Amino acid sequence: MLLIDCPFCGPRNESEFSFGGPALTPRPSDPAAVSDADWVDWLTVPPNPMGLVEERWWHARGCGSWLTICRHTVTHEITEVRLGR
Amino acid sequence: MTIMQRYSALSLLRHALGSHRGWAPAWQSPPLRDRYQAIIVGAGGHGLAAAYYLAKEHGLTDVAVLEAGWLGGGNVARNTVTIRSNYMRDESIPFYVKSVAMFDGLTRDLNFNMMHSKRTMVDVLQTWGMVRDRRRRKLIMDIYGSTYEDIPVAELRRRVPALTGGGPDSRLPILGAAVHTDAAVNRHDAVAWGYARAASAMGVAIHQQTPVTRLLRGPDGAIEGVETPRGTVRAKTVALAVSGHTTTLTETAGLRLPLRTINLTAFVSEPVKPVVDVIVNCPDLGVYLSQSDKGELVIGGATDLGQSFRRDIKQSVFEDTVSALLELFPAFARLKLMRQWGGHLDMAHDASPIVSMTDIPGLIVSAGWWGGYKAIPAGGAGLAHLIATGRPDPLVAPFGLNRFRNLDYVVETGTTTAR
Ligand SMILES: Cc1cc2nc3c(=O)[nH]c(=O)nc-3n(C[C@H](O)[C@H](O)[C@H](O)COP(=O)(O)OP(=O)(O)OC[C@H]3O[C@@H](n4cnc5c(N)ncnc54)[C@H](O)[C@@H]3O)c2cc1C
Ligand SMILES: [Zn+2]
Repeated sequence: MLLIDCPFCGPRNESEFSFGGPALTPRPSDPAAVSDADWVDWLTVPPNPMGLVEERWWHARGCGSWLTICRHTVTHEITEVRLGR
Repeated sequence: MTIMQRYSALSLLRHALGSHRGWAPAWQSPPLRDRYQAIIVGAGGHGLAAAYYLAKEHGLTDVAVLEAGWLGGGNVARNTVTIRSNYMRDESIPFYVKSVAMFDGLTRDLNFNMMHSKRTMVDVLQTWGMVRDRRRRKLIMDIYGSTYEDIPVAELRRRVPALTGGGPDSRLPILGAAVHTDAAVNRHDAVAWGYARAASAMGVAIHQQTPVTRLLRGPDGAIEGVETPRGTVRAKTVALAVSGHTTTLTETAGLRLPLRTINLTAFVSEPVKPVVDVIVNCPDLGVYLSQSDKGELVIGGATDLGQSFRRDIKQSVFEDTVSALLELFPAFARLKLMRQWGGHLDMAHDASPIVSMTDIPGLIVSAGWWGGYKAIPAGGAGLAHLIATGRPDPLVAPFGLNRFRNLDYVVETGTTTAR
């Protein structure tokens, strides 16, 4: 069970949250300038390290905010929690 | 090449007379050479099956299988052995139908007792969305020779007497059930050992305790071999069947792939008298189970959602699975649980497998097998074909990496709770 330190509610159990998927890098601002291959990469290829990933969690059964957390894929350690993206 | 010692009732009897001291090792452990025609990384189900079909179907035996730990110690030994073909897409169903059929004949093919048991899987449906999903699947599966049959709730309760929950007053009353008669379970160790033994007898070299730490590329960018703590091993063709660690390895050669590594878990109860003779799958609640020959209930649930390279079970997933189980099988509250575990696997962007050439000439990947135990025979044969000929066979052709480039996904997510 993860313990996510919500900036509003304090440390709360994972069961209060819904998983929102990996936090994508920002959408390219000038679509026309991006090659097809880079678009496909942006859409389908997430970082998959044995290390830190950024992901989105919704405090659905708490304050309702969307958070971004930085979590280790081997230890589950959470090194950062921030509001929004 | 060595002669494979055949197993039979007679050979058992003969060796019993010699107090079972005369058995030959099931596979050879030859010294590691520095060059092979092809290297397969990972001695799990897919790697070993590919080695076997390479030798058998394509006559290619100058092959090394390099395994980080021990043979058959990965997910092939950590899964819930549900073998089924109730998929959803025109691309998937024929592949899984073939794999299930190959599994049915594997004991004879490998001369190794798979303890194969055609169990039938029963899906317990508790929402109208799921009922519609199963109808839709049934119509597509009919085309490709797989089977789903609707049965009413009374018939479900007759077939699975222990299923006493889900009544009319419950949170999610059972609406119906779908029966998939092709489903089977068998012994996972036998799959790994059987393929290893048969491949080794034909001359394939299996090297345990030989982790690959880096992929090597030549000046032309093509694959040249691999780095291991036991030295460099060279080959013009390197196939990865490392389940969960595909990107860990491809990134050493600068190749990124549309895969996320996730954790999947299971647990077993103490052994009890026969209580369920089918595989029960409850997709709305997120739990499935079957009873092993030893009498243990083998129980699995949903994946842990975020990326994870862990091999244990997460408490929240465990609790969710147990509460789903008890909602439908309240009497199981008295069962003691004996062991729980997990495995890490990779899942592609569209949740279908990847058996494909890559942008690096000579590098082949077999990945995205988050429910790929059932796929070991056909996936292994497909990987072997790709290694031997450089072209995919028709059954695995839809699972190439090109589909991402062309945005031509084979979306198979959420097939069932059972993998
Ligand atoms: C709990 C659980 C339940 C499951 N239930 C089912 C089910 O009911 N039905 C189903 O169809 N599927 C199921 N699966 C999925 C199934 O187990 C996998 O899809 C399948 O086993 C993966 O293929 P494999 O056998 O080749 O993998 P593995 O057995 O994991 O083989 C990969 C091998 O590669 C080795 N390796 C990794 N990195 C390296 C390296 N750098 N160098 C050398 N070797 C390396 C590993 O040690 C491992 O032995 C389940 C999985 C889990 C975890
Ligand atoms: Zn909150």
